[in-house]
Amino acid sequence: MTNKQVANVKEALKGVSSEMTLMLGGFGLCGIPENAISELVVMGVKDLTCISNNAGVDDFGLGLLLQKHQIKKMVASYVGENDEFERQMLSGELEVELIPQGTLAERCRAAQAGFPAIYTPAGYGTEVAEGKETREFNGKMYVLERAFKADFSFVKAWKGDAAGNLIFKGTARNFNPNMCGAATITVAEVEELVPVGTLDPNQIHIPGIFVQRIFEGKNYEKRIEKRTVRQKTELC
Amino acid sequence: MLDKTGIAKRIAKEVKNGYYVNLGIGIPTLVANFVREDIDVEFQSENGILGMGPFPFDGEEDADLINAGKQTITALEGASYFDSATSFSMIRGKHVDLTILGAMEVSENGDIANWKIPGYMVKGMGGAMDLVASAENIIVAMMHTNKKGESKLLKRCSLPLTGVGCVKKIVTNLAVLEVTKDGFKLLERAPGIAVETIQQATEGHLIIEGQIPEMEL
Repeated sequence: MTNKQVANVKEALKGVSSEMTLMLGGFGLCGIPENAISELVVMGVKDLTCISNNAGVDDFGLGLLLQKHQIKKMVASYVGENDEFERQMLSGELEVELIPQGTLAERCRAAQAGFPAIYTPAGYGTEVAEGKETREFNGKMYVLERAFKADFSFVKAWKGDAAGNLIFKGTARNFNPNMCGAATITVAEVEELVPVGTLDPNQIHIPGIFVQRIFEGKNYEKRIEKRTVRQKTELC
Repeated sequence: MLDKTGIAKRIAKEVKNGYYVNLGIGIPTLVANFVREDIDVEFQSENGILGMGPFPFDGEEDADLINAGKQTITALEGASYFDSATSFSMIRGKHVDLTILGAMEVSENGDIANWKIPGYMVKGMGGAMDLVASAENIIVAMMHTNKKGESKLLKRCSLPLTGVGCVKKIVTNLAVLEVTKDGFKLLERAPGIAVETIQQATEGHLIIEGQIPEMEL
């Protein structure tokens, strides 16, 4: 077994420097690598290009990096929950590439899987396809989208072991598995690091080969963005 | 005239037994509440769940279980979780039977705009571009006019497009319409709404053939 375990978040983020391209898992605030984001704030690295489905909220998630103006460019599919993001974007301080969510996932997956690019129907005929190669297959038009190139990918899983094997929980899975092995170095933070041999190989979502560094995260806040409940009397 | 709940009720009648359905944010989310109990349907949310259930009871929320609108949800028996690439394989691969989403504008040839108002509002397209580019069966749920009273059913969309020639059906507070190659075909009127009212609120070409029945809700 190759031991991927590192002692803490500091060691896990060794080598991250300004102007790098980073992938960060999560959907909204669900399944985000909280420990890695906090450490990026502490490190103070700047001019980052961040690839992530969303940009957090004003005071959590990637919003923490935005507050400190550490992000130069954001690649995302939906950024509607963050006022500071919208302000920086409309004022031109922040460069933004908005791309369809499925395209974002597939550009990660292509990088993971060794494909240089993929064809997708998403965005054809819209400004997203401007300047991109298009091609017809079976009477339908598709847009060529290139695999991402990133220096680090930060993912968050529920459980993992020192071999780098990962198991995700609920919808906190989202982009995390697609970003594993999609950057030069993949750093996984897990809620619980269990002894090697205790995870059932049948149940592993991401095999350790896609992960270079793993550590047990601390103090997960797991903030809920839109707490929505029903009353006991309601039927549906 | 229908309210948002009324629009959701009417759309719920389009949901057939055995369907996998993706619901967008806003009015579409309400549709789940009005699907008849004898109809088996599984709701897909593109952030990675099939078999999405209702909102949790107070105190039972799970931060690791949300829908695409970031609301806390529950999972029904038989549900499954998956990653984002798998989720969009379901959508792009046409495994999802029905997509219901909101729009700012729809044109008479089925173009849809719902993600950006240049210089003013930039939220992003999320999964909407993938959904409209692939789904065979797309229903748009929206108000017939915007807050200024201007028609949202246009000859051509003025806002940046989300997809081209993809919308098949539209349910508004005034009417049910089908997008045909000749324009918006009026299928049903909302209760108490005259054809003339719908005509006035529709900028794109409106096709009116014979008597137009009132919607059944």
